[in-house]
Amino acid sequence: MRNSENSIQAVSSWNFRIFVILIIGFFVFFLLNIMLGSVYIPMSEVLSILFSGGTNHVLHHTIIINTRLPQAVTAILAGAGLGAAGLMMQTLFRNPLAGPSVLGVSSGASLGVAVMMLFINFPGGTFQVLSQVTGNISVIIAAFAGAFGVLLLIGVVAGRFKSSATILIIGMMISYALTSLTGVLQFYSLKEDLQAFVIWGLGSFANVAWGQMNFFATFTIIGLLLALMLIKPLNTLLLGENYAHNLGTNIRRTRIFIIVSTGLLTAAVTAYCGPIAFLGLAVPHLSRNLFKTSDHFINVPGVIITGALVALVCNLIARLPGFDGALPINAVTSVIGAPVVIWIIVKQSKFRAEA
Amino acid sequence: MKKCVLHTSDLAIGFRSTGKRDTVLHSGINLQLFSDEITCLLGPNGAGKSTLLRTFSGFLPPLNGAVTIDEKELDSYSSSALAKKVSVVLTEKVELGSFQVFSVVALGRSPYTGFLGRISAHDTLIIDKALESTGISHLRNRNFDELSDGEKQKVMIAKSLAQETPVILLDEPTAFLDFPSKTETLSLLREAAWKQGKTVLLSTHDLNLALSFADKIWLMAKDKPIVTGTPEDLVLDGHFADFFNKENTRFDLASGSFVFESPKKAEIAVSGSGHSFIWLKKALSRKGFRVSEKMFNKPSTLKISILEEEKPTFNVEINGEKMVVGNIAEVLEILEGSNNNFE
Repeated sequence: MRNSENSIQAVSSWNFRIFVILIIGFFVFFLLNIMLGSVYIPMSEVLSILFSGGTNHVLHHTIIINTRLPQAVTAILAGAGLGAAGLMMQTLFRNPLAGPSVLGVSSGASLGVAVMMLFINFPGGTFQVLSQVTGNISVIIAAFAGAFGVLLLIGVVAGRFKSSATILIIGMMISYALTSLTGVLQFYSLKEDLQAFVIWGLGSFANVAWGQMNFFATFTIIGLLLALMLIKPLNTLLLGENYAHNLGTNIRRTRIFIIVSTGLLTAAVTAYCGPIAFLGLAVPHLSRNLFKTSDHFINVPGVIITGALVALVCNLIARLPGFDGALPINAVTSVIGAPVVIWIIVKQSKFRAEA
Repeated sequence: MKKCVLHTSDLAIGFRSTGKRDTVLHSGINLQLFSDEITCLLGPNGAGKSTLLRTFSGFLPPLNGAVTIDEKELDSYSSSALAKKVSVVLTEKVELGSFQVFSVVALGRSPYTGFLGRISAHDTLIIDKALESTGISHLRNRNFDELSDGEKQKVMIAKSLAQETPVILLDEPTAFLDFPSKTETLSLLREAAWKQGKTVLLSTHDLNLALSFADKIWLMAKDKPIVTGTPEDLVLDGHFADFFNKENTRFDLASGSFVFESPKKAEIAVSGSGHSFIWLKKALSRKGFRVSEKMFNKPSTLKISILEEEKPTFNVEINGEKMVVGNIAEVLEILEGSNNNFE
């Protein structure tokens, strides 16, 4: 008995250690994100700008406060949000390959943006003229409109159908249909508009200025708080919906909360950063493998910190001197994400061969 | 104290389908389920056993009539209140990734835990007690996915015990288990009923196990009213035979098991005693011969006698020709070799 209690303690002390390491890593990469870039700014100056606010170098102050800091914060929120969304989708659909995009929300956002950029004819000509006038607010509004349109549709589906598998399939079908509509729009659009749309599709953490951070942060934090509130029902869902129901979980309500939370997170991240690939799929697997448990009490905070850290690392790689401006964020997330997905599949097939 | 915990009145079960007519599997069901007893639900595939259990669990709505648990209708329970009355063990496969056995059983405490589902010291005591009474304390820190099917089944039963519900419903808990695991599972369920006063209802295809463990048996078949009673009574009044007899299969009253009857070949006179005698008769009837002990003294074309009991020797006589062999395989070989003579 004493032995087994020690082992439970060993498990929680292992988890504690991983959390500490992740948090240290988080701060290290946060500072690296702010320190490294095409303009060299010494560490001491970075710290004094961050914490005492003072420097006599105005340009450095602007770079750090108005460019690198919001970019790092955006990466943190996006990584945490996508990680949490992916975890909830994988648990709800009991499918290790589910991610935030399976509901079709990000395809909806893409279509919204495509309509805005490619379809609507602005008096000034190309979209780029408009964006010079309005900044990227119009893109964000279009993305939100598309994302919430799909979210509403999925919400109606979720209320009507009993099986989660049905919702998954309908979500994926909506996603395919919207992607093909986007393709049609691309086919008939101007070269300049198309280029702007393709670049949006490659994703970036650099598009959220402080002025828009309020909205982005509010949406993301509401989504994350919802995820934290769902820890207990998510754990019962691990046993399957029937067992969860028998343990007193209100399946329909839980499912709608999961979809709303995932939808908010995916909509906000896609609207402000573009469709970020792979993070939502890979981060939950990273977290489960680091903490060696499927327990959501560990994994919901786990994906938030892991997601934030991975996004910071990806952002740093995309911005490394030499790559600066050359690597879109999706190129980096996919390079990290793809090996993780392969690793999962290899690991599972090994498990099956042994069993 | 035995008391009626669950009863149904004029219940109809089946599937509700939107737009179409409901599929009714059974109607007019009036049953009573008692505490301190283990009740086995028997019946051929497609009889509606799982549907009945799913209706009792609140997964399917009754199509008509009502299920009453502890004096209150099933429909009027909130999902969290029902979670404290009825726990289930299902046939569906559970895959959890990395999840300790202790944590799985701890999920059984969900109806009692707070917002985040954290367990208290009191919960831990109940979980450890559940692990102990299912005999899996040693698996406490093991990974659920690494366990054998029998161990997983015990973990799910421990989860049900930790849920502290008066009623435990199990859908084919012994399927996929080897024989020792089957009896272990049933005896720990019987312990739960007898010692902890639980009301246990399980469906199974293991007739022999049901006969040796059940306090009550419910017999269920398509287009027949459900018959309930003590196992032995159901055997004696012919209900068992009535529900399960099929072509070539017959319920044998003497042995309490089903025998498969192959088309009959010739009659063989057999004499002897002891275990070799019993197993020789089994082997012969398995091959389709009629075995007779009475006509040994009469003239017969086929005779087998056991000469020595310690190290058995079989004396086979066909149409007066005698052969002595050392085991049953050789006896059967001789009989098959001369098969044509007495088809």
